[in-house]
Amino acid sequence: MGYHWNWGVFLARVPSGETSYLGWMLSGLETTLALSLSASIIALVMGSVMGVLRTVPNRWLSGIAALYVEVFRNIPLLVQLFIWYFVLPELLPSGIGNAYKQMHPLLQQFAAAMVCLGLFTGARVCEQVRSGINSLPRGQKYAGLALGFTLPQTYRYVLLPMAFRIIVPPLTSEFLNIFKNSAVASTIGLLELAAQGRQLVDYTAQPYESFIAVTLTFMLLNAVIMGLMHRLEAKTRVPGYIGGGT
Amino acid sequence: MNDFDWSSIPGALPFLWDGMKTTLEITVIAVVVGIVWGTLLAIMRMSSFKPLSWFAAGYVNLFRSIPLVMVLLWFFLIVPALLESLFNTPRSSDTRLSSAMVAFALFEAAYYSEIIRAGIQSVSKGQISAALALGMSYAQAMRLVVLPQAFRNMVPLLLTQGIILFQDTSLVYVSSLADFFGAAYKVGDRDGRLVELLLFAGAVYFAICFSASLLVKRFQKRVVT
Repeated sequence: MGYHWNWGVFLARVPSGETSYLGWMLSGLETTLALSLSASIIALVMGSVMGVLRTVPNRWLSGIAALYVEVFRNIPLLVQLFIWYFVLPELLPSGIGNAYKQMHPLLQQFAAAMVCLGLFTGARVCEQVRSGINSLPRGQKYAGLALGFTLPQTYRYVLLPMAFRIIVPPLTSEFLNIFKNSAVASTIGLLELAAQGRQLVDYTAQPYESFIAVTLTFMLLNAVIMGLMHRLEAKTRVPGYIGGGT
Repeated sequence: MNDFDWSSIPGALPFLWDGMKTTLEITVIAVVVGIVWGTLLAIMRMSSFKPLSWFAAGYVNLFRSIPLVMVLLWFFLIVPALLESLFNTPRSSDTRLSSAMVAFALFEAAYYSEIIRAGIQSVSKGQISAALALGMSYAQAMRLVVLPQAFRNMVPLLLTQGIILFQDTSLVYVSSLADFFGAAYKVGDRDGRLVELLLFAGAVYFAICFSASLLVKRFQKRVVT
C-alpha cells in the first residue's frame, strides 16, 4: 500500500512549537486519567446512595432510585453526553446557565463529561450495590434491628460493610469501563487520549502510528488497573465466600 | 431559556426513520455475526489445542481492553484501504456503513463469546460425558447436546447485550454516518433546534430500550427456571 512509516513523528514539535506531539499524547493521557478518576468518585457515591435507596422499605425512595437506574441505563452514553453538554445549559435558570457558558470551554467539556460518565456508571454501580445487599441473608438485617439498631445503623454497621466487600469484583469491571467510556468524551471536543490521537492524524497524516500509540496506551492502562484491582480483590475477599459477587 | 419549538421534528420524520433503519441494520448484522463468531470463539477458547485457545483468548482480551470509539476509528481507517487493495473499489466510494458493520460485529463477538462461554460451562459435565459415551463425536456432542441447553440459558443475556449494542451504535457519530442519532443531530444543527432534537432522540432511545428490556425480563421469567 506504500504507507510511509515514521515513528519519529512523536518527537517532532507541534506547529505552535511549545511541545512535541508526544507532549500532546501525554496531556491527553492526563485528561483521560483525571476524567475517569473524578467520574469514578461520582459513580461510587451516587451508586451507593441509590443502591441503598433501592433496598429501603419505602415505596417513594426505592421508586426514585429505580427511575434513576432505568433512565440512565436506557439512553445511549453518547446521547446522554450531548444532553449534558448542549441541552442542560439551556434548561437551567438563565443565571446558572450563562455562568456555565462563560466558563473556559475546556472546563465546560470536562464538567459535562465528568457528570455524564459519573451518573451513567452510577446507575450500574447502583444495581451492583443493590444485588450485594440483597445477596446477604435476611437474618442479618433482622438481627441488626432486633439488637435495637435503627435502620440507618443496621445499614451502616451490618449490611454495607459486607455488601461492599462482596461486590468488589463486579465494581472493578465498572471501573475499567469508565476508562474505556471516557473516550466518548472526544465527541464533544474534550482533548483526552483518543481525541489527541485524532488530532495527531490531522496534523501529521500518520494515522497508523498515532492510533497504535493510543491503542497501546489504553491496553496498558487496562492492564495496570486490572493488576491493582486483583490486589484489592484479594484483600477484600470475604473468607468463606467464593470470589464472585452478585 | 428559550421556549421549546418542536416544529422541525414532524417534517424531519422520514429522514429520522431512514436513520433508524441504518441503526437497526447495523444492530441486526452485528448481533447475528457477533453471536456466530462469538460461539466459534467460545468453542476455540475451550479447545484443548493450545494455539487455538490462545488465539481466542488474545482476541477477546484485545477487544475488551480497547474503547469502542477507538475500535470504530480503526475500522474507518483500515477497511476502506483493505477494500481498495482487495476489490479495487475506488477510494471515494462510501464504505462507512460496511466499516461500521464489520467493526461492531467483530467487537461484539468478543463480548458475546464471554457470555456464551459462561453458558456452555454452566451445562453439567455429565451431559458431554454421556453424549461421548453414546458414541457421538465431540462436535456432535457440542451441537446436539451442549449448545441447545446452553443457548436456552443464555437467551436473556444475549438479548440484553443486543440492547446495549443498539445503544452503542450511536457511536458511529464519529464517522458522521447518519444513523438515528446522527440524523437527529444533523436536523437539530441545521434548524438551530439542537436542544429539542437531542431530547427527542433521548426519548426515542429510552422508549425502545425500556420496552425491550421489559420484554426480556418477561421472557426470562417464562422460559428460564
